Amino acid sequence: MSLLASLPLYPLISFLVLITFGKRLNWAIASWLSVGSMAAAALCSLFLANQLSLHESSVITAHLWQWFSIGSAEVNISFYLDALSAVMILVVTGVGFLIHLFAAIYMKDDENFSRFMAYMNLFIVAMLVLVLADNLVLLYLGWEGVGLCSFLLIGFWYQERNNVLAARKAFIVTRIGDTAMAVGLFLLFKSLASLNIAEINQLAQTTASFTASSINAKNSEAYWAALLLLGGAVGKSAQLPLQTWLPDAMAGPTPVSALIHAATMVTAGVYLIARMNGVFLMTPEVMNYVAWLGGITLLTAGLAALAQNDIKRVLAYSTMSQIGYMMLALGAGAWSAGVFHLMTHAFFKALLFLTAGTVILALHHQQDLYKMGGLLKKLPVEATLFLIGLACLIALPGTSGFFSKEAIIASLWSSPTAGPSLWWCAILGALLTSIYSCRLFFLAFLGKQRFPKTRVISEHLETSKLLRGALFVLALLSIFGGLVTIDLSSLFLTYQPGIINRSNNPSWLHLVAIVTPFAGILFSWFYYKRYRILGYKPLRASQNPWVVFCRHGLGFDTLYATFLIKPYCFIAKLNRKDLFDQTLMLLAWYIGIWRDILSASQNGHLRWFAAAFGLSMVGLIFMVIL
Amino acid sequence: MTVIPLTHILILSSLLFIIGFVGVVVRRNTLFMLMSLEVMLNAVGIAFIGAGSVWQEADGQIMFMLILTLAAAEVAVGLALLIRMQRRYRTLDIDVLNQMKG
Amino acid sequence: MSRFASIEGLFYLAAIIAIVASLKVVTGKNTVHALLYLVISLLAVAVCFYLMGAPFAAGLEVIVYAGAILVLFVFAVMMFGLGIDEMHNAPQSKGLSLWAGPAFLGSLLLVELIFVIDNSELALQLNNQVVDAKQVGILLYGPYLLAVEISSFLLLAGLVAGYHYAKPEHRGGRL
Repeated sequence: MSLLASLPLYPLISFLVLITFGKRLNWAIASWLSVGSMAAAALCSLFLANQLSLHESSVITAHLWQWFSIGSAEVNISFYLDALSAVMILVVTGVGFLIHLFAAIYMKDDENFSRFMAYMNLFIVAMLVLVLADNLVLLYLGWEGVGLCSFLLIGFWYQERNNVLAARKAFIVTRIGDTAMAVGLFLLFKSLASLNIAEINQLAQTTASFTASSINAKNSEAYWAALLLLGGAVGKSAQLPLQTWLPDAMAGPTPVSALIHAATMVTAGVYLIARMNGVFLMTPEVMNYVAWLGGITLLTAGLAALAQNDIKRVLAYSTMSQIGYMMLALGAGAWSAGVFHLMTHAFFKALLFLTAGTVILALHHQQDLYKMGGLLKKLPVEATLFLIGLACLIALPGTSGFFSKEAIIASLWSSPTAGPSLWWCAILGALLTSIYSCRLFFLAFLGKQRFPKTRVISEHLETSKLLRGALFVLALLSIFGGLVTIDLSSLFLTYQPGIINRSNNPSWLHLVAIVTPFAGILFSWFYYKRYRILGYKPLRASQNPWVVFCRHGLGFDTLYATFLIKPYCFIAKLNRKDLFDQTLMLLAWYIGIWRDILSASQNGHLRWFAAAFGLSMVGLIFMVIL
Repeated sequence: MTVIPLTHILILSSLLFIIGFVGVVVRRNTLFMLMSLEVMLNAVGIAFIGAGSVWQEADGQIMFMLILTLAAAEVAVGLALLIRMQRRYRTLDIDVLNQMKG
Repeated sequence: MSRFASIEGLFYLAAIIAIVASLKVVTGKNTVHALLYLVISLLAVAVCFYLMGAPFAAGLEVIVYAGAILVLFVFAVMMFGLGIDEMHNAPQSKGLSLWAGPAFLGSLLLVELIFVIDNSELALQLNNQVVDAKQVGILLYGPYLLAVEISSFLLLAGLVAGYHYAKPEHRGGRL
């Protein structure tokens, strides 16, 4: 078996062992097993990436077996590694390994530790299948697999009502997108007769019926297929209008938020669009939609992040906003920039989440920002790490976030599917990012200590050399990850209507983009003065209606509750007796009458039976005569 | 080739069959039901023999013999059941045995 | 040769006797009387068989049906008191009327039989169309061998069932 095929096997074996033996394994064995398997997978993918760069065709494939075949189209269990999936497996296994290491310590005291680690491993398996799949059906398998793991892990503490509700919400909302995606797959198969990703990207360019209708673009199959795939991506990546599940998903354990809801799973939508670039390139309209969706999401999420009280929810909205950037890049046709930002975002967002997790743990599961403050002195190492993460998020020059975000912003102005208005969106988003990051840092680490003096304890932190080690590695990656130049441009098909021509950019664009974050910091330095000055006055969350509106995610939950959930429940209630069922019951009623008649005829008298026998004989002969 | 027309033989057979059938349905005494059954079996035998003689084949008679065997076995079992019934219920009224109600 | 003396005439006479006797069986009140009517009916049918050119079947009808099966009936009725039930509510009429029916029908049959045996012309006519015992036997132990085996099983089953059901019932036993 080739190295590529064995890659998802390590976490799979670990998952099977952990789920089989469950609580019988003690902490040491369970953590060695799960973290060890992740280390093996990480090493394996590093080796594979190295191999890929030496490979002449720059593609490694591993065909395992044929899953099933539809007509002449085969659906195989086979893996396909090119530069794009190589980046993804490096992120998934690398960041995944560090988060596993962190989780092993973070979750040490949980009684269901091995179940937790088993789910985490299963998630990695599903994610690797998603990323490595060479056809859309296998990709969909992984896609649903990560959705399942997300559900299981959000609801990991299943005895708490809120967690279960959040898990259910995440599952249902993403399922809406997944259904759209499944329909998209059917449509693609119908029009192109193939499910192989590479073949589809080729066929989309050449098949006449798929593309010819450019006169009436809105009715072409490519348009609908791309739109439906976008639906799937929107659900998984928590973009407008299916974004409402992500903030609630923060109810899960912090390592889960870091791994699934920041670094890997939520970027699967970005990966999908980048993977299917051949289809999207055929429909500039949908590319434009993608860009606008990303732009609007990054602004709304940024606004919502400004008003949150919970440290994890700030980060969740920030994740949404950063994925909005990636979508914006994809929509603009800057594929490499989008994937690059995906990678750097995975590093620094994982760092932010894990550091936040350490802080929360040190404060005995206190997540409210207004009950923190002054932690810079108590937890200097964590504060520094958090600051590094925020610097990357704000995209200060020199950090990895700077390189990737600048690459996105630079390609927007002159892109045929984006344009100046989206460029302004991105700049405004960057401003918002720096403001909410500053607010977060000021509230949590500066200012007056707003919790009982005795509460900061570091019993966990003493045993957390490994934990800090993981954080340091992530910090290093966050800072220097931007220096790794990945060249994916050869991978993506060139854009037909017009390649992004940066020479059209006005000269001041770059300057504005660099200055914006500093402007945001400067603004917050004065605006949030009361947050950072010691003993200013007691802090309370603002009750301004606009702030409350933003805090609740700009009212999307209410909107959906009023216009979708309530009418649906109303209809369900109306139809409690099930109209359709009643028509079926009519049949049952009819049969019931016959049963009664026949039952009455069974009176137990032998002579009646004989008479009935004769009567039926008469009837039979009568029929023959007629 | 017999001189008696087949139609007449079959009419005789049907008449006897109907008489037997009416007996089975009308009589409450199980013994009479059994005897009516014998009449019915006999009627079927006439039909077979008549057909056999019309076509000058021996098969009809063989069928009659098989019916005869059947009748013998049926009477043996039927009478044994009657004896059992008489011992147990002190009556031969078939309507007493109505426990197979639906 | 009169119309009455022909084979058809004799056949219709026997048929009428059989029908009337069968009606008396079905409508009879007295068990033993009904059985005797049944015997007459069977004998009449036997005559019919003979006239249809199946003397072997006629013989079997008399020997097996009237001779064995009906005797079994009479035995059972008399030995186990199966007729008692009917005796109670049946009109116990005495005298000639009780005997008239069976005697009349029986004598009619007798006359017929004697006539058939006595009339040589008729016998000649019958011989032309007879399917005799030899033919039946050849066929029976040739192609129908399996049917013979099966009917032997049937008889065995009847024997076992008859033995089982007619055994004295155990106390608390079920039917």
